Amino acid sequence: MNIFIQGMGCVSPQHTTGGPFLAEIREYEGNRLKAVEPDYKQWIDLKLIRRMGRVVKMGVAAAKLSLQEAAVVMPDAIITGTAYGCLDDTGVFLSKMINQQEEMLTPTAFIQSTHNTVGGQIALLLGCNACNNTFVHKAFSFESALLDSIMMLREGAVQHILTGGVDEITDHSHAILSRFGLYKQAPIRNTALLQSATKGTIAGEGAAFFTLGTEMTAHTVARLTGVSTLYRPADIPEITGALQVFLSSHACGPEDIDLLICGRNGNADEDGVYEAITQALFPQTAVAGFKHLSGEYPTAAAFATWMAARILQLQELSPGVLISGTAPAKIRKILICNGYQGTHYSFILLAHPNI
Amino acid sequence: MEKLMADLKAQIVAQLNLQEVKPEDIGDDQPLFKEGLGLDSIDALELIVLLQQHYHIRIANPEQGPEIFYSVRSMAEFITAHQKQ
Amino acid sequence: MSGNVWIAGGGVICGIGTDLQACLEAFAQMQPGMQDMQYLRSIHRGVLPVAEVKADNAALAARAGMPEHISRTALLSKIAAEEAWASSGLGARAQYRVGFVSANTVGGMDKTEEFFASYLQHPPSGGRLQQVVHHECGSVTELVADAMGIRHHVTTISTACSSGANALMYGARLIRNNIADVVIAGGTDALTRFTLNGFNTLMILDQAACRPFDDTRTGLNLGEGAGYVVLVSDAIAATLPQAPWCRLSGYANANDAYHQTASSPEGTGNYLAMKGALEMSGLQPEDIAYINLHGTGTQNNDDSEARAIQRLFAPHYPPMSSTKSFTGHTLGASGGIEAVFAALAVQQGIIYPNAHFTTPMKECPLVPATTFSSGNRIPHVMSNSFGFSGSCSCLVFSETV
Repeated sequence: MNIFIQGMGCVSPQHTTGGPFLAEIREYEGNRLKAVEPDYKQWIDLKLIRRMGRVVKMGVAAAKLSLQEAAVVMPDAIITGTAYGCLDDTGVFLSKMINQQEEMLTPTAFIQSTHNTVGGQIALLLGCNACNNTFVHKAFSFESALLDSIMMLREGAVQHILTGGVDEITDHSHAILSRFGLYKQAPIRNTALLQSATKGTIAGEGAAFFTLGTEMTAHTVARLTGVSTLYRPADIPEITGALQVFLSSHACGPEDIDLLICGRNGNADEDGVYEAITQALFPQTAVAGFKHLSGEYPTAAAFATWMAARILQLQELSPGVLISGTAPAKIRKILICNGYQGTHYSFILLAHPNI
Repeated sequence: MEKLMADLKAQIVAQLNLQEVKPEDIGDDQPLFKEGLGLDSIDALELIVLLQQHYHIRIANPEQGPEIFYSVRSMAEFITAHQKQ
Repeated sequence: MSGNVWIAGGGVICGIGTDLQACLEAFAQMQPGMQDMQYLRSIHRGVLPVAEVKADNAALAARAGMPEHISRTALLSKIAAEEAWASSGLGARAQYRVGFVSANTVGGMDKTEEFFASYLQHPPSGGRLQQVVHHECGSVTELVADAMGIRHHVTTISTACSSGANALMYGARLIRNNIADVVIAGGTDALTRFTLNGFNTLMILDQAACRPFDDTRTGLNLGEGAGYVVLVSDAIAATLPQAPWCRLSGYANANDAYHQTASSPEGTGNYLAMKGALEMSGLQPEDIAYINLHGTGTQNNDDSEARAIQRLFAPHYPPMSSTKSFTGHTLGASGGIEAVFAALAVQQGIIYPNAHFTTPMKECPLVPATTFSSGNRIPHVMSNSFGFSGSCSCLVFSETV
């Protein structure tokens, strides 16, 4: 059974909610890339918008764009991945609870802090009574949502599934994660991130949703071939081994990959893995990066999936994404190989729909 | 009463984050819920805390909500009655 | 993509017992777990009763074999997951492709609360990072997976009060799609001030013991705990030293799409979830011999659930009860804990009692079971878990023959 991306939507630190595909890179100075937010009123009723945090609005917008592109009115399931959930509302309620010593608290921030708020609000806006699930597992959140969707489509009971990944940065989360040494200390431009030789990366955020289905339609963007995760690999040979098993389970090998999109994030401690994988399996393959566009966050693979699918559809690489090799004349298969903090790796394989 | 109602309108707009509603747009007798201003049960809970914060009135039973929060005037009357006690 | 999914074992820790056997004894002796707060520090101590696990973090950490400073949610999770695994008789985990699918609603929030108090006093440098490093829901799952040596497939689900039930569904799909041989699936949540105060703002916490499905009900009591089942494939089930408890024969997840926190008056999502699970199991309503109710004890929840049951089952109702009248509402854990109770109900013919029930609801007079009994013939059990954001899930467990 083939699974296709019938439509998709993306809110990110780049201009991704309209206009030509990543025509020019939005440049940032510093270690935090904020999403470029569209005017949400085009999708969401004012009465509902007033309670929604940014993460919910980003998710809803990406979901709406995805359904719109796919020309699907009502999905048969909504599966969301979010590592952090609704951080802003969590911070608001937590701060008030501490500052007001558990007195005179109001419910809105608490209600909105629940991890399945994004999926729930999409269902509420659509009036969608179908299956609604939310995965909240760090850098496997989006991948789990994707895998669950693939399994449900294979079981044959549903036609269309709306699947996505979304995460937000807040002032609190950025301050706290900075203390863990995640981000670069010295000023850096995002356009120079992938060439950086220092530790740390740049924080990012965003939402990408996909309408998946088993039939090819006039709107089909790309084929979603498969997804796999690898938790705490012992060493690089285990990663390359798992990658080969993944590719062969989808009846292809490294030589069939026209473009490798890797999760390089400019962190000198982590990027060596991609070098090693490329040398071992993809010495001739064109390699692209994406975290200089999206920033680093646990569901960044959703942005990469959006980028990969559009590249397959348009058969063009946007400027500034190629890290090594030359842009292939024909792009039939793209492999996304993403890593997060050296503990979470995922592989997502996409193909041109006609292959 | 007029001053109290004007205060309440501003407090309601702020507390409920009613974007694009100006306090003066809310009628004294306009129903706040459903077909009126369109508030719902979560807003009712917010208004209970509003009364506690600004007027030191504690409502223990949320079922009293619909009556007290029917309109800005009913809220003002409830507050006035309680403050006299 | 085919084949059965079997329940090979289960484990529970909650307010009525620190293992499954202790929980059964509490049901048999009609001893609900709600008391004044002993371990959670909150201004609501003495006012809002809760069903705490009767052990401090030091005792739990010793039993879990984990450090005391980590989240209580992880400690509870490890204890219940280990009990579940041991009960399955599967032996060394290394011989299987094991998955761990755990649900929770607020991750390591109990520790984040401590961190945040210091952080807010001296931002951004205040607070010890050790207390916030496991804030994420997924981090709690990984603490336990790492301690149990599970890395084949690890993930976390969070759909408010239906989370644990959704973990079983995803686990079952992993098995049916041949991605895992064995999946430990369920949920965990420790009491936190965050959730206690959150539910308190909704004004749905009862200051007395909760009375699910009773006309005098005025709210729920929060509880804490963890519960996991061990799901296995046909091939693994055939190798078990003893017969599996039962089969996970049906499941469905639906959304009410009505309101963020309230259930629709007619219980649309509840009805769709129950109907979907029945259809998947190939059963008729009259085949169900016991319903483990979601039954939180709030006006709105119980009313909607009762109406949905009425719509699906009328005029013949199976015995039903809310075990939350004993355990309190354990949020992300409840779907997992109640899955263990429901699966055991099939294996041992148990009907659990509903505590504090006296008066049927005027609107929808369903009468839950009020005494414990075992050895009944219970071929099929339905277990409901409904939550915020319209999340509605239903599981059906069926006898092995």
